[in-house]
Amino acid sequence: MKSGKFWAWLVFALGAAYFFIPLIATVEFSMRMRRGEYSFDAYKVVLGDARFQATFGYSVLAAVFTIILGVLIVVPAAYWIRLRLPQLRPIVEFITLLPLVIPAIVIVFGYIRMYGSNSPLPFLATDTGTNALLVIGYATLALPYMYRAVDTGLRTIDVRTLTEAAQILGAGWGTIITRVILPNVLIAVLSGAFLTFAIVIGEFTMASLLNRPAFGPYLQNIGANRAYEPAALAIIAFAITWGCMSLIQILSRFAPRSANRPN
Amino acid sequence: MADPFLSIQHVRKSFGATTVVEDFNLDVESGEFVSFLGPSGCGKTTVLRMVAGFEEPSAGKIVVSGKDITRLKPNQRNVGMVFQAYALFPNLTVAQNIGFGLKVVGMPRADIDARVAEMLGIIKLPQMADRYPYQLSGGQQQRIALARAIAPKPKLLLLDEPLSALDAKVRVSLREEIRSIQKKLGITTIFVTHDQEEALSISDRIAVMYGGKAEQVGTPFEIYNRPATKFVANFVGTLNVLEGTVTDPAAGTVRVNSEQISLQGKLNGSKSGDTLSLALRPEAISLGRQPGRDSSLSGEISEVHFLGSVIRVRVGIGGSTVSLDTFNSPATPPPAVGEKAEISFSSSDMLVLH
Repeated sequence: MKSGKFWAWLVFALGAAYFFIPLIATVEFSMRMRRGEYSFDAYKVVLGDARFQATFGYSVLAAVFTIILGVLIVVPAAYWIRLRLPQLRPIVEFITLLPLVIPAIVIVFGYIRMYGSNSPLPFLATDTGTNALLVIGYATLALPYMYRAVDTGLRTIDVRTLTEAAQILGAGWGTIITRVILPNVLIAVLSGAFLTFAIVIGEFTMASLLNRPAFGPYLQNIGANRAYEPAALAIIAFAITWGCMSLIQILSRFAPRSANRPN
Repeated sequence: MADPFLSIQHVRKSFGATTVVEDFNLDVESGEFVSFLGPSGCGKTTVLRMVAGFEEPSAGKIVVSGKDITRLKPNQRNVGMVFQAYALFPNLTVAQNIGFGLKVVGMPRADIDARVAEMLGIIKLPQMADRYPYQLSGGQQQRIALARAIAPKPKLLLLDEPLSALDAKVRVSLREEIRSIQKKLGITTIFVTHDQEEALSISDRIAVMYGGKAEQVGTPFEIYNRPATKFVANFVGTLNVLEGTVTDPAAGTVRVNSEQISLQGKLNGSKSGDTLSLALRPEAISLGRQPGRDSSLSGEISEVHFLGSVIRVRVGIGGSTVSLDTFNSPATPPPAVGEKAEISFSSSDMLVLH
């Protein structure tokens, strides 16, 4: 028994070391900008950089639109598949996995060919169009995560009976989705939203090839030209990620209890 | 004669090549409580779902108050429904669940609150308004589901095996409560169940279903005492079936295990030598000769089960076994296995199963 505990703690310590040592090393390195002493100079430089604020703000906005688009597409689709077209589930699951198999660079080259300024749908002819195309691209990249999160959430409730109960009480599809289905899969949607946010904030390929002022290309640019600032940026990105996770945890306390404790 | 409140006319439902409901007909009067009783897969829930609008009939029509509702969507029918799995909205409180249908139709907030309070009073759970479904027991959840279904004052109430998921004691109390609320509100109700005791105890009429058809529609008394088919006789209540041979069709006599029984007027169309299935309810049989019982059969006691207030006795008669119950009397010892015994009954209680 004691020996078992020892090995369990050893494995835990090795795992923790694997996770924390690079993190501590990065923090330590990011604070060595001033010679001979530790300081937050690198952080000051990064946070004070107008490009950081602009690109980060741009990516946050893109993430918000991507999440909205993803929820609008995925929630009704996953709901309808569970309710009426369960036989299509394997096909839809396969389609939602495609963004993991097809590299982003292939997708973005496809976009450039399909939606160039001479095409019938010239998304790339204007900045707004390009931004919209970027959000669509991001929604595609986030599809595997968003779909799975929502589908898992739908699995915890009796979609068909709840739908029928709402229908017989006079509810139309809009009411059913907004008042019955969505509130009960809110935690799942938030999980999907968080994953989408994480993907969008760090995404480089699409933003770079579509020439958008996003956070990913900025990270790459800083990483290629500076020494300490990339380490500070990595820690900031890490803090944002953890902040998002904490936010999900807090929000989940206010979400319908049923989503956590189905009947 | 006035038109029925609900009329299900020649309804058929097929899923691909499989027909689950075949030429189903039923008229229900206003305020009536009708149960669909039958084994799993007999089509009873499918008929109910067609009345609710969740399934569209392949043929036939459904008329409520003279209006054909066959093609109407469920949210256009003004029908209330209680589901087996409660189906309360987990994200809403009890009060919000009950008020859901009222909010959907745009009722003012104050009126919703008043109606919710009234409903909570009817189901005797006034203190539960702010609870969530997961904080309630199964019986309480089903009461809330009932309140939610009747809150918008539907024309018709559909109950889809609402007691199946509950334990035995709660089932009995809740079924009595459902019946009492139904009577109080006078709401026309269709109740689906596979439990004959439930159907017999609370229904005005029962439609016994088998193979997608209504085998018999009648009052619980008729269904139990005058089953129209062999299936109804076997499915509803306990039945002792004996083989008999027609000896004289004109005189109506049948031989059962070498004893003659007179079944005058019940052998329509039978010929001499025909073999018939004859059935007797356990409560129609007495152990020993009893006054007022015109027929008897001899046999041997094969089993005796002491059940407290009742003693269940099985008597072997020829190749068949007849089961009967006698009241426990402390002064009389129960019969012993192996004893010769005579059972008596009124020939008018004997059913000829066709």
